[in-house]
Amino acid sequence: MSTDTINWTALTVFILFFALVTVIGFFAARWRAGDMTQLHEWGLGGRRFGTIITWFLVGGDFYTAYTVIAVPALVYAVGAYGFFALPYTIVVYPLVFLVMPRLWAVCHKHDYVTGADFVHGRYGSSWLALAVALTGLLATMPYIALQLVGMQVVIGALGIGGEGFTGEIPLIVAFVILAVYTYASGLRAPAMIAFVKDVMIYIVVIAAIAIIPMHLGGYGAVFDAADKAFQAKGGATGLILQPGQFVPFATLALGSAFAAFMYPHTMTGVLSSSSGDVVRKNAMLLPAYTVLLGLIAMLGYMAIAAGVTVKSPTAVVPALFLKIFPDWFVGFSFAAIAIGALVPAAIMSIGAANLFTRNIWRTFVNPNITPAAESSVAKLVSLIVKFGALIFIVALPTQFAIDLQLLGGVWILQTFPAIVLGLYKTRLRPSALLVGWFAGMVVGTLMAYQTGLKPIYPLVVGGTTYSVYIGVLAGALNLVVSTVASFLFGALGIGQGSDETEPGDYQLSKAK
Amino acid sequence: MEEKSEKSGTPWVWGLLLPYIALLWLPFYNAKEPAIAGFPFFYWYQFAWVPLTSLLIFLVYRKVK
Repeated sequence: MSTDTINWTALTVFILFFALVTVIGFFAARWRAGDMTQLHEWGLGGRRFGTIITWFLVGGDFYTAYTVIAVPALVYAVGAYGFFALPYTIVVYPLVFLVMPRLWAVCHKHDYVTGADFVHGRYGSSWLALAVALTGLLATMPYIALQLVGMQVVIGALGIGGEGFTGEIPLIVAFVILAVYTYASGLRAPAMIAFVKDVMIYIVVIAAIAIIPMHLGGYGAVFDAADKAFQAKGGATGLILQPGQFVPFATLALGSAFAAFMYPHTMTGVLSSSSGDVVRKNAMLLPAYTVLLGLIAMLGYMAIAAGVTVKSPTAVVPALFLKIFPDWFVGFSFAAIAIGALVPAAIMSIGAANLFTRNIWRTFVNPNITPAAESSVAKLVSLIVKFGALIFIVALPTQFAIDLQLLGGVWILQTFPAIVLGLYKTRLRPSALLVGWFAGMVVGTLMAYQTGLKPIYPLVVGGTTYSVYIGVLAGALNLVVSTVASFLFGALGIGQGSDETEPGDYQLSKAK
Repeated sequence: MEEKSEKSGTPWVWGLLLPYIALLWLPFYNAKEPAIAGFPFFYWYQFAWVPLTSLLIFLVYRKVK
């Protein structure tokens, strides 16, 4: 790296804001202080986040920094198809509204900290719980790594990135800071930082959607410029979809929506709220972030209209900001994106740590663990998980993390039947759900492998080819196998399992 | 888990299917016209479903609360 490529004004503002959230992160432990030697205090913030904090927390955690980078990058590259993110983040909320308050209620009643805890109690099967926990860990690791990609991109755009190990130093420093305050403050740290991050992101996006089109001649001109650019590329992509893209677009949106709240980090966000009513209100209020996401997606078209050309699509947003915004606001925007990576990365590592501690360590290694030791294990695992992700990103090609994150979506969807159907009156047997999970995992992974790690599989039915999101196909198979196997096991009288939950445990009124 | 009739079993809940139908059936909105304020139909239609979905959830919330 050479000093003349560094954008000093932007860098100074960037460091200032980064320092601010670091201080907040360390002070968070004292906020509504709890006994950090209890897992539900460290790992769920004591389950006492109200409507507003939950809104910021889940918003900061579901709409990640990588989203801010990746969605406009996709729209920049493929046009309308990239907008599947919008239906996805709309149709997710009716589901959240119906399902998640039930999950919250039963988890509150039985002190479940993870989705796998619930599965364990609901079906009496530590193996099914293990399957859910391992899937969660597997899906989360590359997701954390991708947050680092978001940081890497803005650090690089500030001019302090560069080649080789020295170029990674800013990233490593940022991540060590994150690791230490998550260790100390648990979920309280990202909850407090989410507030700062979201306010910053809102300011950046509102500025971007107001100022950038003014430079480019308005939204009509932005869309026109994008339309011409796509036509010049041959018209396979454009401002609206080709008929052949309908099924991939719709199944990606639906499958992603079903997967979204099965991830450990989003579930942690839901379980940390103070009541099921808070969860319901958030299902109504969180779509505000979807508007924000749609506007962020528009940045892809603005970049086309502004004539931004990049080597890698992930550089689109930083390049656009550098081109349009004054230096000090570039620094502010980049800080918002980098801090936007810290919040989900922290919650993801906490969610993963909770899973490991509860559903692997306590179940299979040390069943007599004390609550204090449980909390210590979780803190340690959160460190290991984060450094694992860091090594991942520094040592392996970025594409590897992107591919694995895609598979992560397919994998996490395979926990949907056990968790969500478990919240309702179903007679699916735990061993049958385990077989279904296994079928979905194996077939989903094979399909992804066959397509060269693309999310869409060309399914041939009666001579016609349908391109369908792999997660949906694997999930459907999972469901069919689980159901058939349940009938089969039922007829043979095996794998009944046991259920420690009562119908009333799922009702909100009693859990207040 | 045995369960008697659910409070969330109100017919209003079915209204929550509307966003799924409206957004997953692409022929409904895969068009450039009519455009509003420079935004082709494909885009403003999707944006419009954000507050509509919130509103639907709010209506159901009032019924099941």
